[in-house]
Amino acid sequence: MAEEVKLMKGNEAIAHAAIRYGVDGYFGYPITPQSEIMETLMDEKPWETTGMVVLQAESEVAAINMVYGGAACGKRVMTSSSSPGISLKLEGISYMAGAELPGLIINVMRGGPGLGTIQPSQADYFQTVKGGGHGDYRLITLAPASVQEMADHVALGFDLSFKYNNPAMILADGVIGQMMEKVILPEQKTRRTEEEIRKAQPWAALGKSADRERNVVTSLELDSAAMEQNNLRFQKKYKTIEENEVLYEELLCDDADYLIVAFGSASRISQKAIQMARNEGIKVGLFRPITLWPYPAKALNAYKEKVKGILTVELNAGQMIEDVKLAVECKTQVEHYGRLGGIVPTPQDVLSALKEKLIK
Amino acid sequence: MDTLEIIKPENKVYGKPRLMNDNPMHYCPGCSHGVVHKLIAEVVDDMGMAEKTIGIAPVGCAVFAYNYIDIDWIEAAHGRAPAVATAAKRLNPDKMVFSYQGDGDLAAIGTAETIHACNRGENIVIVFINNAIYGMTGGQMAPTTLLGMKTSTCPYGRNEHLNGYPLKISDLLVQLEGTCLVTRETVHTAAAIKKAKKMLRKGFENSMNGKGTSVIEFVSTCASGWKMTPDQSNKWMMENMVPMYPLGILKDK
Amino acid sequence: MAKIKGAVVIDKDRCKGCDLCVVACPADVLILGQEVNGKGYNYAQVANSDECIGCANCGYVCPDGCITVYKVKL
Repeated sequence: MAEEVKLMKGNEAIAHAAIRYGVDGYFGYPITPQSEIMETLMDEKPWETTGMVVLQAESEVAAINMVYGGAACGKRVMTSSSSPGISLKLEGISYMAGAELPGLIINVMRGGPGLGTIQPSQADYFQTVKGGGHGDYRLITLAPASVQEMADHVALGFDLSFKYNNPAMILADGVIGQMMEKVILPEQKTRRTEEEIRKAQPWAALGKSADRERNVVTSLELDSAAMEQNNLRFQKKYKTIEENEVLYEELLCDDADYLIVAFGSASRISQKAIQMARNEGIKVGLFRPITLWPYPAKALNAYKEKVKGILTVELNAGQMIEDVKLAVECKTQVEHYGRLGGIVPTPQDVLSALKEKLIK
Repeated sequence: MDTLEIIKPENKVYGKPRLMNDNPMHYCPGCSHGVVHKLIAEVVDDMGMAEKTIGIAPVGCAVFAYNYIDIDWIEAAHGRAPAVATAAKRLNPDKMVFSYQGDGDLAAIGTAETIHACNRGENIVIVFINNAIYGMTGGQMAPTTLLGMKTSTCPYGRNEHLNGYPLKISDLLVQLEGTCLVTRETVHTAAAIKKAKKMLRKGFENSMNGKGTSVIEFVSTCASGWKMTPDQSNKWMMENMVPMYPLGILKDK
Repeated sequence: MAKIKGAVVIDKDRCKGCDLCVVACPADVLILGQEVNGKGYNYAQVANSDECIGCANCGYVCPDGCITVYKVKL
């Protein structure tokens, strides 16, 4: 398949991008608002074309452990879910981080806590970038803001996760998952052969060849001294990721008196809001983190004495604001505006909040 | 003839399997796990599949199974070995994949994964060690603990009103269309071990022939958990465990 | 009639003295001795080597793979 321009939902774009990237396996469990990912894969039958395995698991728990098993064989494997299902996957994600396994998890967030609502939300920010599962681990987190980025982040997520042997997550929300936009799908890549995987992932459990020791994929180490060394190795890796893999986008920030910091669908609403503000003569810029971990703290820090105030716009009660405050060392006023429970604010709501909280 | 004259390589009739390495096993003296490990090592080697086998280790006493058999291993989260094995096999159909699980791992926390892997007829072998107790954590009640049997979490004996009944999970798995072989074995005598090995081999062959899931249950002992000698444990097992978990082939299709 | 004679070699360092081989032996060849190995176990020993018939029952039941069995037809 060559590169192709299509109109589709964000969820569908993820499925098509996965097939075209040469993903080896998808394991999932239905949950709104992301079920189109598995539905699209099942409809496309990639096992007949690329050889990709697609399996509906009995639970989110089983699905993430299938991802763990596939990743342990060095394969490119993924799963997707929405907030309550991601809570169930956190044990498996922690095990993947502990065993240093690559893999892609997609969270199309909905409102919580609990069963919550099926409407869009960004309330899993803490869960994703501050741990979620047990232990000192980090999850590479990408926040797409368009259907195109839903597709592009599949490749980016896999590339980063295999570069660092660490799970990666696409943290989308119901808006990005459900909306339809134009998307350029990349050309089809071929899935890797076992020989290529054995070479690129020499740790993979693919059967012990006579020329090496057995491979054991595990997160277990009962010797505390050795376990501390494992943790120190992880921390070193996380530092390298923080230094090298930060992604963000700045829009009209150069002359800005105020900044809006927002990711995902909130950034799209904010983009309209800054245009409306500028029409009224208020110089506002938009800073959009694309990686939520590693967080673009250094880039934001540059604004700590340049702007009069920062508004974080989030579909939650104020989660990313903590990272923004840390990034600017509280040297400028930082306020939060958000709607909860699946309500998506309008650009006018954002502009009003900006005026009320920062300009007065 | 002098003993030293007999001890020559050409006269060897039994020894540690080639795929068992020299790592001292962490299992307690007399533990059934060691014998089952040896059988797996022998069958994998006999089939010429040492380079194509992937073992899935559980959480429980056998968590360190990967230290003893020289094949590739994946250590799963508690109860999730059948899900891990599902992916390993589906993504590598030419590999021989088995999970190795205790009663807590397979029949308590991992019941859903066990039943659904079997129901899908995954082409894997599930090696199930049923010793009716949680060994690794110090002898707590298992789903397969017998009524009246004392453990550290049922110190007055398992009571059906409080704890429910011993779970005969292999009988449940028989009902699933996806299983092709379900059998209960022991490893307490040489004869039983030879029979169990045949069943294990059959299960592994089934997995490579795409026949579905094979479940090989080993009714086993836990001398430390049961607070008996290994020999007493074997006798207690035959007198008490086997009536609840009758031996032999439950399903072979 | 051909007579069968066996011999047993025990890796005393691996042995945990579980006694299962002693129980499994039909010819009372093995005992648990008074001596202990590096781990403090009373390891299994060959006490009556002349009686060994090389049946390998001891080897089969040994959980730790400590026993190698040899056999010849005389």
